[in-house]
Amino acid sequence: MTTDTTEAALEAFRAEARAWLEANFPASLRDKPGLAMAIMEGPEPEGDVALWKQRMADKGWGAATWPTQYGGGGLNGLQARVLQQEMGRINAFNPMLAGMGISMVGPTILEYGTEAQKDKHIPAIVRGEVRWCLGYSEPNAGSDLAALQTKAEDAGNHWRINGSKIWTSGAHHSDWCGLLVRTDPAARKHDGITFLLVDMHQPGIDPRPIKLIAGASVFCEVFFTDAVAEKDAVLGEVNDGWTVGKRLLQHERASQTGGGRVAAEPPPLQNIAKKYAGVDEAGRLADVDLRSRVASHLIDARAHGLTLARVAAESRGASGASNAASILKNSATQVAQVRAELLIEIAGNRGVGWEGEGFTEAEVENVRSWLSGKAMSIYGGSFEVQNNIISKRILGLPDMTKSS
Amino acid sequence: MALLTEEQVMVRDAARAWTQEQSPVTAFRKMRDSGQPLGYEPAAYAEMCEMGWAGVVIPEAYGGSDLGYLTLGLILEEAGRTLAASPLLSSALACASAIVRGGTEAQKQAHLPAIASGELVAALAVDEGPRHAPERIALKAAKSGDGYVLNGDKTFVLEAMAAGLLVVAARTSGNVGDAKGVTLFLVAADAAGVDRRPLQLADSRGAADIGFKDVKVGAEAVLGAEGEGAALLEATLDRARAGLCAEMLGMSLAAFELTLDYLRTRVQFGQVIGGFQALQHRAAKMYGDLELARSCAEAALSACDRDADDVAELVSVAKVKVGETLFNISNELIQMHGGIGMTDAHDAGLYLKRARSVEAAFGNRAYHRDRFARLNGF
Repeated sequence: MTTDTTEAALEAFRAEARAWLEANFPASLRDKPGLAMAIMEGPEPEGDVALWKQRMADKGWGAATWPTQYGGGGLNGLQARVLQQEMGRINAFNPMLAGMGISMVGPTILEYGTEAQKDKHIPAIVRGEVRWCLGYSEPNAGSDLAALQTKAEDAGNHWRINGSKIWTSGAHHSDWCGLLVRTDPAARKHDGITFLLVDMHQPGIDPRPIKLIAGASVFCEVFFTDAVAEKDAVLGEVNDGWTVGKRLLQHERASQTGGGRVAAEPPPLQNIAKKYAGVDEAGRLADVDLRSRVASHLIDARAHGLTLARVAAESRGASGASNAASILKNSATQVAQVRAELLIEIAGNRGVGWEGEGFTEAEVENVRSWLSGKAMSIYGGSFEVQNNIISKRILGLPDMTKSS
Repeated sequence: MALLTEEQVMVRDAARAWTQEQSPVTAFRKMRDSGQPLGYEPAAYAEMCEMGWAGVVIPEAYGGSDLGYLTLGLILEEAGRTLAASPLLSSALACASAIVRGGTEAQKQAHLPAIASGELVAALAVDEGPRHAPERIALKAAKSGDGYVLNGDKTFVLEAMAAGLLVVAARTSGNVGDAKGVTLFLVAADAAGVDRRPLQLADSRGAADIGFKDVKVGAEAVLGAEGEGAALLEATLDRARAGLCAEMLGMSLAAFELTLDYLRTRVQFGQVIGGFQALQHRAAKMYGDLELARSCAEAALSACDRDADDVAELVSVAKVKVGETLFNISNELIQMHGGIGMTDAHDAGLYLKRARSVEAAFGNRAYHRDRFARLNGF
């Protein structure tokens, strides 16, 4: 695999990627943008999806930039971007994105793991053979994550784990869990935490799906009763799990800023609005109040997109990534949530269809997305936590939450 | 900050050094208190021209440096920070770009070197009512012999009292609202029948209403093609708006920094007020708005440099986002400073007054939201 970054080499890679994708992405999966989402949340795939997964596993392109020694694609950042563009061109999706392995756990193990941990876990993540969940939040430790109480005790030849986690995404489908536990109850709250790699297939772990307002159950409450983890299952150092766990969340935020993957172009909001609300004789949206707000939203979306592009350009420049990256999560969330609200409002009474006859598939989907999208400003560091971080780290204002 | 060339970094650093040292807010205050009728100090503008600032979008053949709109934007951003007053935007950006884009060789020779050197100030006369409406040009230019006779009124013409040359949007045919029939004219500000009446504005800057009564101009006064001036006017306005966005961004940054300093130092209830989360989250919002605003302003200026197809859309996006940011920050500047921000001795009021003036100039947020919607087919 070449890692030459010259323009010519990059174009050669583009041709190579395009040819491989044309030959290997099953024709039956094209123009089905909903599939990528189904993969992320559903059970193990079958048929052509399974075939596509197998081919990508052999190629290593589900983890395009990871080292080849663990089965990864070994591409540089520019090549990975080209690959993404080429996949986007034919609506191909990454079939390995189920669970948190590719997006968060894998990069963190690559950074903090021992050689033995990398050999054990990375190839399985690259090939999509295991699904990972993350045991972070607890009933009494949400935005104040460092208050977590689930404990792991040194039981001689293993760790013994007791407690419970909540909002554990996909726990009921997962094989492994990246778990934050308290190993030193006497230490300051950030200092007594350890990051464990825990096998979910054991009697001491009981994941229970939580039904949410959008109707689906992607999150679980997970109970740990004398569950066990190997002594060498610690990622990083014992009692230094806060550092590891925070680093992992940076991977999470990076994947939530709208820059991570090339999404299929959504239908222009103004066209949907014109269909429902009608136009005047000049072709303008007839509802002038809605027109103004749709324009504001589209301008905000454009501003966010321009900022993503600026941050990407700056990170390639001499002075490195700018502070602007810190605003992207809140900005992306606001744009997405406003769009979801507008879609509901535009459809009027049809904007609250739940299921069954009488509503289009898109109408029902918009309702579900609007509801599930409320989580965007809660997970991954809530809207308010993001503002605390900006206030403290960038603006240098005093930290009143005593977090770190 | 966009990725800048070495030359652009040098220009920006020089602009920052000069504005901070030679033209801080105290200089603006002194100009205001002196009752200077032009709304800027000619000596200060002469220094700016000496540094080449008035020639940044003018080709080298006509005495400029042709460094482009993003570069001039960097200068305007620094000027915005300290409220450094000058006719840069009206003369060296708006009118210069109109002549560069639409002028004949003779017109370019006659005016561009003089604008670049600062010897000539030019002003753009577009609006005829209180709200920006370049689509509704009514001032009449009637054909008369080889030339034209202009009759009508222009209002809120920035830097009109300092101007030696006016770029006037007039109607040579058709009706108000028609795109066709608009023609731009180059008119000497002291031509017979031109009556300039200065306006006293809250921001202490220069502007005037102008009456045109039987003003005679020759055929050589037409800038661009007769009846086809709407596109040239729009392109000119978009460049002026993009430049204004840079100035507004600079004002926003300075107003935010003033506010942040106050949050860090003002003690109430036994702690600095910047420790209160109610204020922290508003500060975080201002910071986020500033980053988004910068992306938009830089994208609009860069699009002008590339003469891109989506200049109009990017400019409207920028005027809305930068406008929103400046509006909010200029209000928070006063509110977070409390009583001291209400005093004339504090700089907060100077920023607030200028903020509303530039909001209205070349189309406010409502105008540009509407324009954005039109450009996107709704």
